[in-house]
Amino acid sequence: MLRYTLRRAVWLLPTLLLVTFLVYVALRLGTDPVASYRRTNIRASKKKIDQYIAANGLYSGAFGYIRGYFKWLWGFVTLDWPRSIKGSREVWPHLKDALANSLRLGLVASFIGILVGNALGVLAALRPGRLRDTLVNSSALVGLAVPPFVSALLLQLFFAVYWQKWFGYALFPVSGVYPAGHQGFDLFLMLKHMALPVVVVSIQSIAVYSRYMRASLLDVLNSEYMRTARAKGISERRVLVHHALRNALIPVTTLAFLDVGAVVGGLIITEGLFEYPGMGRFFLVAYSNGDFPELMPWMVLIIGSVVVFNLLADIAYAKLDPRIRLG
Amino acid sequence: MAETPASNLDAAVGLTAESLSPGRLAFRRFLTHRAAVVSVGILVLLILWVLLSPLTARYGVNEQVFDISQGPNQNLPPASFAWFGTDIIGRDVYSRVLYGVRVSLIIGLASAVFSLALGSLIGAVAGLKGGLFDDVVMRVTDVFLAFPFLVALLVVRNMFGAVGWVTFLVGEPSSVRFMVFLFAVFGWMGVARVLRAQVMSLKEREFVEAARALGASNARIIMRHLLPNSIGPMLVALSLGVVGAIVSEATLSLFGYGPDPGTGATSLGLMVAGSKSAVRAGYWWLALYPFAALLVITLCVSFIGDGLRDAFDPKHGGAR
Repeated sequence: MLRYTLRRAVWLLPTLLLVTFLVYVALRLGTDPVASYRRTNIRASKKKIDQYIAANGLYSGAFGYIRGYFKWLWGFVTLDWPRSIKGSREVWPHLKDALANSLRLGLVASFIGILVGNALGVLAALRPGRLRDTLVNSSALVGLAVPPFVSALLLQLFFAVYWQKWFGYALFPVSGVYPAGHQGFDLFLMLKHMALPVVVVSIQSIAVYSRYMRASLLDVLNSEYMRTARAKGISERRVLVHHALRNALIPVTTLAFLDVGAVVGGLIITEGLFEYPGMGRFFLVAYSNGDFPELMPWMVLIIGSVVVFNLLADIAYAKLDPRIRLG
Repeated sequence: MAETPASNLDAAVGLTAESLSPGRLAFRRFLTHRAAVVSVGILVLLILWVLLSPLTARYGVNEQVFDISQGPNQNLPPASFAWFGTDIIGRDVYSRVLYGVRVSLIIGLASAVFSLALGSLIGAVAGLKGGLFDDVVMRVTDVFLAFPFLVALLVVRNMFGAVGWVTFLVGEPSSVRFMVFLFAVFGWMGVARVLRAQVMSLKEREFVEAARALGASNARIIMRHLLPNSIGPMLVALSLGVVGAIVSEATLSLFGYGPDPGTGATSLGLMVAGSKSAVRAGYWWLALYPFAALLVITLCVSFIGDGLRDAFDPKHGGAR
C-alpha cells in the first residue's frame, strides 16, 4: 500500500509540470497577454511594453515559450505573482475569496447530491423493474438531460419575478453572496443567496449519484457471494447492509472523490448565471479580459486539485477493495 | 444447391424457426423500451416539423411581425399573430425557434458524426495496437476529461482562434464551422475511450484470431471486424455526442462565445442567450419556448441513447 502510494505520488510532480506547461502555452497563444496589456494601457510607450515583456517573460518563439514558462514557474513558486492586467491588482486575495465561495457552494451541493442520490439509487436497486425503480431511473435521466442553465433561468424566473409579482416579496435572491453593500458575516443571508444555485447543482449531482449507485448495487446483488451469504442464513438486513451496500459503495466513493476535487473549479454556468463570485465567475471575468496573470494561478489550483484528488480516489479504491492487486 | 434433406424434414414436422441476427435481436429489445420508441417518434415529428417550417413559420428570422409604426410590437406575449410571442425587437419567437432548431440540429449532428468517425478510429487503433500510441492517446484524454469542460472548451477555442491555418481551414471562432470543429476536437475523446475498451475485449475473441490467421491486415481487421462489432457503443456515443454538442453550443452562446450563424439565421443557443436578460424582466415566453425545444431534443436523444444501450448490452441497466 505504502509503496503504491509513494510510486503514484512521485508521478504527481512531473504530471503537474507537464500539464501546467501545456496550459501555459495554450493560454499564451489564446489570450496573448501582451495584446491585453496594450489594450488596457493604451498610452503605454514601446519602452514600457518591452519592460512588461521582459519582467513577465513573455518572450516569443518556441524557445521563448519554454524560457518564459520557467520564468513564470519561478515567480509562481517564490510567490512573486504578477499583478492582474486589468486594474493591476493583486491576484491572490481575490482568488482566495473566490475559492472560499466556491467551496462553500460546491461542498454543500455535493453533500446533498451524495446523500440523496445514493439513497434514491439504493431504493431503486432493491426493487429492479418495479415502479419505484422506473421512477428514480427516468427522473435521473431527465435530471441529467436538463442543462443547468435551463433550471437556473427557470428558477430565477419563478422566484425572482413571479414570486415578487404574486406575493409582493422575493423569496430567494438571484445574485451574489450578499445584497449589494452588505458588510460582515450573516449566515442566514448567505444561505438564502446560496439556495437557488445549490438547487441547480444538486439536481445534477443527485441524478448522477442515483444512477451510479443503482448500477453498482445491482451489480453486487447479482453476484454469487450474495447467494452464499443468504445460504449461510444471515438475516436479509445484514446481507444488504454488510455485504451488498459495503461493496456497492466502493465505486461510488471513487466518484465522490473526483467530484470533490472538481469543486475547486467552481460551477461556471451556475456561478455565471447567479453572479456568484466563486471560481467559475473568476475564470469567466479573467477570460473575457484576457487576463493571463489571473488565469494562470487559477489554472494551477484546478489542475492541482484534479490531479491530487484523482490520486486520492485511486488510493481509496485500492484500500477499500482488497481484490485489487496493486502493481 | 438444393435444400438439404434435414431441413426438409424440419419443415415437414414444423420445426422451422426464423433465424435472428444480433442486430435483429437488438432491434427487438429496443422496441420493448417504451420511452425510447416514443422518443424516436417525437424526434422524427420534430425534424419533419422543422424541415417543413416554411409551412408554419409565417415570418422570416429577422422579420418583425408588424411594423413599429402600427403600434408597439416588442416583447408581446403569445397571441394569434405570434403564437410564441415576440422578442425584444418585435420578431416572431415561433419562427425563430423553428429556424434555430435547424441550425442547432445541424451543429449537433455534424459534430457528433465527426467526433464519432475520429474517435472510433483512434480508439480502435489504440485498443488494437496498444503500446506508445495507446499510452499517449489515453493520457491526453485523461487530462482533457479531468478539466472542467467549459474551461477546456473556452481555452482551446481561443488557442485555435489565434492559429492562422486553423482559422483558414474552419473559419473564424464565431462561425458555425469553427463550432463543429471545436466540438469534434473534444468529442472524439469520449468515443475513443469507449471504443478502445470495446476493442480490447473483442480482439481476444476467436473471430479476430481467425481473421489474423488468414492474413488480414490491421486495417482490415479494424474496418471489417472490430468496428462492425462495436456498432452498439458507437450508436450510444453518437446520441451522447448530439446532446453534448447542442448543449455546449447553447452554453457557449449564453456567455457570448457561441457561433454567429450569420444574418438571416439563428441558433437555439442564441435564443437561450437572449432569454437571460428577458427572464429577469418577466418575459417568460422568450425563455420557455427555446428551452422547451432544447429539452425535447436533449430528452428524446437521451432516452434513445438509453434504449440503445439496453438493446445492445442486455446485461446492463434496464429492467431485468
